[in-house]
Amino acid sequence: MPVRTPENFDIRQELPLRLRATVDAMLGREEALLGWFEVDLDARLNFVDSFVLLTDKRIVGTSGGDLRPTSPQNNGAPGGMEDAAAGEKSWPLSAELSIQSKEKGGAGALELVDANGLLAQWRFTPARTKAAHHFVDRLKQFRSGSLSDGDLSESSEVLCPSCGSPIKGDQGLCETCIALPGTRPGRSLLRLLRFARKRGAMSFLGLVLTVGSTSAGMVPPYLTKPILDKVLVPYQNGQEAAFRLIPWLLGGLAAASILTWILSWARTYVVAWVSERIAADLRNQTYAHLQRLSLEYFGGKRTGDLIARVSTDTDRICYFLSVYLVDFANDILMIVMTAGILLSIDVRLAAATLIPLPLIAWLVHQVRSRLRGGFQLGSRAWADMTSVLADTIPGIRVVKAFAQEHREIERFRRANDRVLHANDRVNRLWSFFGPVIVLLTDLGILIVWIVGVWQVYNKNVTVGTLTLFVAYISRFYVRLDSMSRMVSATQRTAAAAQRVFGILDREATVPEPVHPIKTGRLSGRIEFRDVGFRYGARTVVEGLNLTIEPGEMIGLVGPSGSGKTTVVNLVCRFYDVAEGTVLIDGTDVRSFSIEEYRQHIGLVLQEPFLFYGTIAENISYGRPGATREEIISAARAARAHEFILRLPDGYDSLVGERGQSLSGGERQRISIARALLIDPRILILDEATSSVDTETEREIQLALDNLIQGRTTIAIAHRLSTLSRASRLVVMERGHIVEIGPHQELLAQGGTYSRLYRAQSDHLEERAL
Amino acid sequence: MTAPQTSALKPVSLEHDAWGQLILETDDGRRFTGVIPARAFPVSDPEHWVSICDSQGHELLSIENLSSLASGLRTVLEAELAHREFVPVIQRLVSATTQEPSDWVVETDRGRTAFQLNSEDDVRRIEPDQASIVDSHGIRYLIPCVAKLDPASRRILDHFL
Repeated sequence: MPVRTPENFDIRQELPLRLRATVDAMLGREEALLGWFEVDLDARLNFVDSFVLLTDKRIVGTSGGDLRPTSPQNNGAPGGMEDAAAGEKSWPLSAELSIQSKEKGGAGALELVDANGLLAQWRFTPARTKAAHHFVDRLKQFRSGSLSDGDLSESSEVLCPSCGSPIKGDQGLCETCIALPGTRPGRSLLRLLRFARKRGAMSFLGLVLTVGSTSAGMVPPYLTKPILDKVLVPYQNGQEAAFRLIPWLLGGLAAASILTWILSWARTYVVAWVSERIAADLRNQTYAHLQRLSLEYFGGKRTGDLIARVSTDTDRICYFLSVYLVDFANDILMIVMTAGILLSIDVRLAAATLIPLPLIAWLVHQVRSRLRGGFQLGSRAWADMTSVLADTIPGIRVVKAFAQEHREIERFRRANDRVLHANDRVNRLWSFFGPVIVLLTDLGILIVWIVGVWQVYNKNVTVGTLTLFVAYISRFYVRLDSMSRMVSATQRTAAAAQRVFGILDREATVPEPVHPIKTGRLSGRIEFRDVGFRYGARTVVEGLNLTIEPGEMIGLVGPSGSGKTTVVNLVCRFYDVAEGTVLIDGTDVRSFSIEEYRQHIGLVLQEPFLFYGTIAENISYGRPGATREEIISAARAARAHEFILRLPDGYDSLVGERGQSLSGGERQRISIARALLIDPRILILDEATSSVDTETEREIQLALDNLIQGRTTIAIAHRLSTLSRASRLVVMERGHIVEIGPHQELLAQGGTYSRLYRAQSDHLEERAL
Repeated sequence: MTAPQTSALKPVSLEHDAWGQLILETDDGRRFTGVIPARAFPVSDPEHWVSICDSQGHELLSIENLSSLASGLRTVLEAELAHREFVPVIQRLVSATTQEPSDWVVETDRGRTAFQLNSEDDVRRIEPDQASIVDSHGIRYLIPCVAKLDPASRRILDHFL
C-alpha cells in the first residue's frame, strides 16, 4: 500500500460544478478537501442553501451555520474565525472538536461541539439526512486514519448487488437494473389502447361493424328525396308521377332499417365483449402490480382507496369503452358522412347548416376542463367514503366497545356529503351546458329552414332536397348533443384511468434484481453489516452489526420502538436498508429474486392472519402442492392436529373471514403449521406468543420448539421467559444494539437486559401475591 | 419434521362393548375404551386419513387409507363414522325465501326438512361444484354436485351462491 497523505483524498473534483469556484476560493493551497455537506435550511428553518466543508485542517461553514445568522458583523462562536465578505466561518480541527448529526423534529441538525459546548449548528431537511451521516463519518474516518478514497462524502459508493455498478441515491439497485415499465405516464385514455391491442382481432371487428351499421343508418334519409321529388311533388302538381318506384324505395327503407338493426346488434355485442376483456385485463394487471409493490406503499395508502381503484375505476373504464366510446366513434362517423353528403348536394345550404358548429366546439372545450376537475374531486370523495367503510367495518368491535357508533355515522355522513358536493358542482355546470347545446341545435335547424325556404322560393332547390337536409341535419345535431354528453363521460373515465395508472406507474421500492442470484439451499447464516434504516427523517436502526450462525436462535429484546421489528422487516426484505448490507450466506439479500428468497423464510406473527378457505388450504398457503400427509404432519408438529380433528369438518373446515371462528391460540398454531410446511431455513417469530394466555402459550411454545429445530431463528418477545431457548439475546435500544449475550451473562452484567428482566419478574411476583 | 409416534400404531380390532362404547385394540397389545374416530378430510377426501382419538380427544393412531383395513374393522369404523356424521345431503330445494333470515324447505337423503338460514353467507361453495349450507342451529347440509340438481332447485340456489 502506498503511503496515504490527505492530498490523496482531496475530492475537490467530485464537487458539484456550482460549488466548485466558491469552494476553491475558500480553501488554502495546502488544504485538502475531505468532505462537504450541502445545507438546505437556515437556523430558522427557511429554505436557504449553504454548505459546510471538511478539510484536513478545519471545518468551514458558510453563513447558514451560524448560531446567530441574522447578524453578519457578529464575532461568531468562540474559536471561530470570520471572513466578513463571504459570511464564512471556520473552526480548526482540534482534538476536542467533534461533529454530530441529530434529529430535531422534522428537520435534522448537524452540530459542531467542543469541550465548551455547541459551536455551530446547521439544519437540513430529511432529504439530506444520509449525506449528513456521511459527512460525520468522514471526520471520524479521517481521524482514525481509515479514510478511503472510494468513500465519497456525498454518495458513499454502494455497488449494485445485481450488476456491480455504483448506485446513486437511496435506491437498492443501480438505475439500469431497476426494470422500468415500458411507458411513461402519459395521457391515460390513450394508454388504454395498449390493452385494446391485445384483443386486436375483435377490436378491429368491432370497428368494422361500427362503420357498417353507421353507414346503413345513413341510407333512409337519402331515399326520402326521390320519394318527394320523383313521386309525391309531381303527383300533387298534377304531373306524371313515377309510382312504379315506390315499392323499390319503400323496400329500400325497410332493408336499410333491418340491416342497421342486425349490424348494431353485432356491434354492441362485439364491443361489449372486447371492453369487458380490456377492463378485466386492466384489473388483473393492476392487482398483480399491487401485489408486487412493497409494504411501504401499502403503509401509505388507505385500503378503501386501493379497492376503489381496482374495482370501481376499472369498471367505469369498461362502461366507457363499451357504451360511450362506440357512440362517440359512431357520432364522428355520422357527422363526417352527413357533412359529406350535404356538401355534395348543395354547398350553400350545407354551409348555412354548419354555422353553429364552431360555437358548440368552443363551448365543449370550455366546459371540458372544469368537468374533469369536478370528476376528479368526485372520485377522490368517493374513495374517501369507501375508506371509511374499509376502516370501520373490520374495526367494528372497537367501535362498539367504545360506543362510538354515532361518531362513525357522522364520519360517514361527512364523507358522503363531500361526494354530494362534488357531484353537485358537476351537475350545476352540466345542467347549464346540456340545454345550451339543445338551444344551439334548434338554432341550427331553424337556420336550415330559413335558408331552405328562401332557396325553394328562388327555385334553387327542390322540396325533396330540403326535406333531405332537414332529415339529415336533425340527426346531425342529435349526434352533437350526444357528443356533448360524451364530454362528461370522457372526463370521468380519464380521471378513473389516471387513478388506475397511478398504481401501474408506481415502481416497487424493493426492486427486483435483473440478474438474480439463485438462492439454492441456504444454510441460513444472517449477517448485518453497518445496517441503517430510516422512515423519512426518523432513524430507526443505525450502525447495526450482527452475525447469526446457521441454526442459531437469537432473541431480540428491547422496549417498543427500539427497532426490533425493523430488523425483522429487513431480513424479510419488506424494506431495503438505507445503508450497509444484510447478507444471507454471504450474499446481499438484494441480489436474490424476492419471491425465491422469501420461500426460505417462515414468518409467525403476533396476529396470525388466516385467509378465507379451508384449514388445509391455509396450512399449505406457502406450498400449494403439499400432499395431505405433509399437511397433517405439519399440523401435528404445530400441535394443531388434534383440535382440527375435533372440528366437524376437520381439515376441510372453513376459516378466515366468514369462516369457522377459532381461538387466538388455535389460529396461531395453524400459522405455525403454515410456516413449518415450507420448511424454511430462516424463521421469524414476531411476538408469536404474546396475544394468548399462559396455558395456550405453553402449547404454542411446544409447537415452536418443533419449529425452530435446525433453523436460524430470530424471535421477538416482550415476555422474556419465552426466549429461554435462544442461544444469545440481542438487546436493542433506540435503534442500536446495546448488549449481546446469553441470558445468564447479560443478567450478571447488570445492564439494560437485567433491568428489563427484573422489571418483569417483579411484575410477575406482584401478580402472584 | 419429527414424525409423532401415533401414526406408527396399527389397529388390530375395533368393536362395541355392551354399553355401546367403541373399544380399540392396537398392535402393541393395548386396549382403549371409548375411542372416537374422525375423518381429517370429510369433504375433500373421506376415504383417507381417518384418525382414532381417545375419549380425551388425543390422537391414538391415524389410518392413511381405509381400503388397507381388514374388512371387518373397516365396516365397524365406517358404521361408527356414519353414526357420528350428521350431514344431510340435499337432493332437492323445495323453496327458499330471499329475505334474511331465509326459510328453506329441502328434501334430503334423510327426508324432508325445513330450516332457517341466518345470512346468505352461510351458503358456501366448497369445491368448484360442491356447496355447503349451515343453518341457524349449526346443522350442516351438503350439496355434493350443484350441476346435478334439478333446474328449479338450481334457480333457487343461484340466489345464494
